[in-house]
Parts: sequence; structure tokens; C-alpha cells
Amino acid sequence: MASEKAEMDSLKKECDGLRTQIEAARKAVNDGSMSSAAGSATDVGRVQLKLRKSLKGHLAKIYSMHWATDSRSMVSASQDGKLLVWDTFSGNKMVAVPLKSAWVMSVAFAPSGNLVASGGLDNMCTVYNIKSASPKTLRELDAHTGYLACCRFLSDTEILTASGDTTCCLWDLETGKQKIIFTNHIGDCMSLALSQDERTFVSGACDSLAKLWDLREGTCKQTFSGHTSDINAINFFPSGNAFITGSDDCSCKMYDLRSDQEVIGYQDTSLNAGVTSLALSNSGRLIFAGYDDFNCHIWDSMKGEKVGVLSGHDNRVSCTGVPGDGMGVCTGSWDSFLKLWN
Amino acid sequence: MSGSSSIVSMKKIVQQLRFEAGINRVKVSQAAADLQQFCLQHAQQDPLLCGMSTSNNPFRPQKVCSFL
Repeated sequence: MASEKAEMDSLKKECDGLRTQIEAARKAVNDGSMSSAAGSATDVGRVQLKLRKSLKGHLAKIYSMHWATDSRSMVSASQDGKLLVWDTFSGNKMVAVPLKSAWVMSVAFAPSGNLVASGGLDNMCTVYNIKSASPKTLRELDAHTGYLACCRFLSDTEILTASGDTTCCLWDLETGKQKIIFTNHIGDCMSLALSQDERTFVSGACDSLAKLWDLREGTCKQTFSGHTSDINAINFFPSGNAFITGSDDCSCKMYDLRSDQEVIGYQDTSLNAGVTSLALSNSGRLIFAGYDDFNCHIWDSMKGEKVGVLSGHDNRVSCTGVPGDGMGVCTGSWDSFLKLWN
Repeated sequence: MSGSSSIVSMKKIVQQLRFEAGINRVKVSQAAADLQQFCLQHAQQDPLLCGMSTSNNPFRPQKVCSFL
């Protein structure tokens, strides 16, 4: 017992030492700020986007939406127990997928456009083929011991999930089995984003940390701290060298992978609502962040200033997305509407 | 038994921290400059930043076509 205690103490000491070492290494490269680098960049001015369409069809809170790679179709999920696939150009509903469990929290479109996936409090990720005559359940991925918070397809044969059981998981859709389980978070995993080269992904969790993972090795490569509450949303900056997080602490932050630290924060004393979702414009200059205050606020990612707002929802904005061609923003809300702006 | 499992967990934490401590870090000034540069280089291809004409706008209200 005594020798165990001694070993434990020595390990704890090593832990503390390593943490101090990491902080010192970060501080050593912290020789400037985004705002000073941004000094020379032109102001974006006031960003005023117009509401172009209000998509009506869901009968309860919308929890999630995801654009298809064609920048035209979009899938939304509501706790009315349905997934709806929309043609955003016409505003028409193309497919309705009835869910076994209405408690959906996340939805994703496969890059091919053939499949969609969803999951939530049922702890499962269910994959549907929406190109068949009527939506067909392809797979029920059942191994998480907590809710499904987020899912993203790599292809028609692989999908990544983030769960309330604190793990993320890479699944093989051909076998329906887990390929790799990513463990390191000590809080519910809420959100994930894939890198463009699909070799890494980032996750945000209720332990207020964001982590960078090697998709094939299954290892956690870097851990980013700074938030003081749950991270609900995460997205890569288009260059792939940074990512943005949104949190219940009412702020968003940009972290640079190569500097291994936060490089700029987005917060405002007048904003006292948690961030639920976020999306970036194609150049990465604009951040569209959905908040509990019923609005989607627009931030200049380089200068850290609020430059606009998308107002119109009558309840919390729960999801936000910019399509691949960057031609607009979609916001989804607990008010049961999806809105398209540009 | 519970004692040794906490030691195993602790060893994993130490191993992870050792790994994270060992990476090379780029100066923030360099990282920030690169991010700025990316934004500037891609600004013209960002329709939400630059705006778009009504004819190019995929979400504009549909005009009603009528046969004459």
C-alpha cells in the first residue's frame, strides 16, 4: 500500500511537471497576437445579410442540420421525430425520414449524397439510404453508452461519432462495427470536425477541452484549454491549421494547431448566452455563431470584433451551417424553422 | 485492486502528457500572419464576404414563369 502511494505521488508530481512544461513551451512561442497581425487587414464593415427563405415543415425543436456537398440539399433533424431533406433552391422537402427515436441530437449528410445519419438519446447512430424508393435503414451503430452528440461521414463506408459517453468512435459501415475508439476526454463529447485531408479530427467536450486526434492511429495529439464551460461547437478554419470552438461560457475561441494554443477569443460583455453552433465563411474571415439568445452573431475572425447579426428566430439557434460553395448560411432553431441568409 | 487501476490510469495520463509536451510549437506571430494571409488570399472567393449579384444568388425568391 505504501509503495503504491509513493508511486502515485511520484506520477502526480511528473504530471504536474509536464503540465508546467507544456504551459511554459506555449508561453515561449506566444510572441504576438492576432489583433496585432490583423492591424493591417481591412475592416469588413457591417455585414448585413438578408433572410432569403424560411423553411417550414418541422413540428418541434430543430437540433441539427448539415449541408450536402452539392451545396443545394440539406438535411435537418427535429425532435418531432423526423429528418427532412430539403432542396434549398426551391425550398421544397425532398425526403422525410421517420425516426425510431424522436430524441435526435445530430444529423449528417454523406459526401456522396446517398446516405444520411442521425442519433441522439437512443445512444445509437442510424444510417439511412435516402436514394432508395423510400428511406431505408442501412445500419444501426449501437455501442456507445451515452447519447450521440455529433456524427460525420468520411465516406459511404466510414463514419465518425462523438458521444456523451466521453468517447469518439470511427465505425466501419460495411460491418457495422467500431474500428477505433478515441478515449481521452473526461466529459461528454459534444462536437467534432474532420480535417480536409481526413487524417485528423478535432473534438470539443463538456470537460471544456478541445482535442486533436490522429484518425488512423487513434491517438490524441494535442489538447487545447481555455474555455471555462462545455464546448458545444467546433469547426476547422479553412486553411486546416486552426479551428474555432463555441462554448456555454458565451465565447468562441480560435486555436492554432502549430502554436498549440488559443490565438484569439470572441466575446462581448453584452453577450450572455451560450454558443450552440458555429460555421465559417469560405475564406475563414467570418464566423457565424448561433447563440441561446435566439440570434446568430457574426464575428470578424481576424479582428475579433462582432460585425453583424442574423435575427429572426423566436427561440435558441441550435445549428448553423455554410454550404461548400460558401453561398449562404443556414440557421436552425428550437422555433422549428430553418432560415437561409446571404 | 482499485489502487493499481488508478496507477494504470495515472501512467496513461503521464504518457499522454509526455507526448503532448514533446511537439514543436510555431511562434504565434507566424501562425497569426499565416491565418491573416489565408483570409486575404481567399477573400475574393468568399461570396458571404464580397456579396453576390441577384442572378447568381441560389436562394433568391423564385420568379414565376408564365407561358405567353
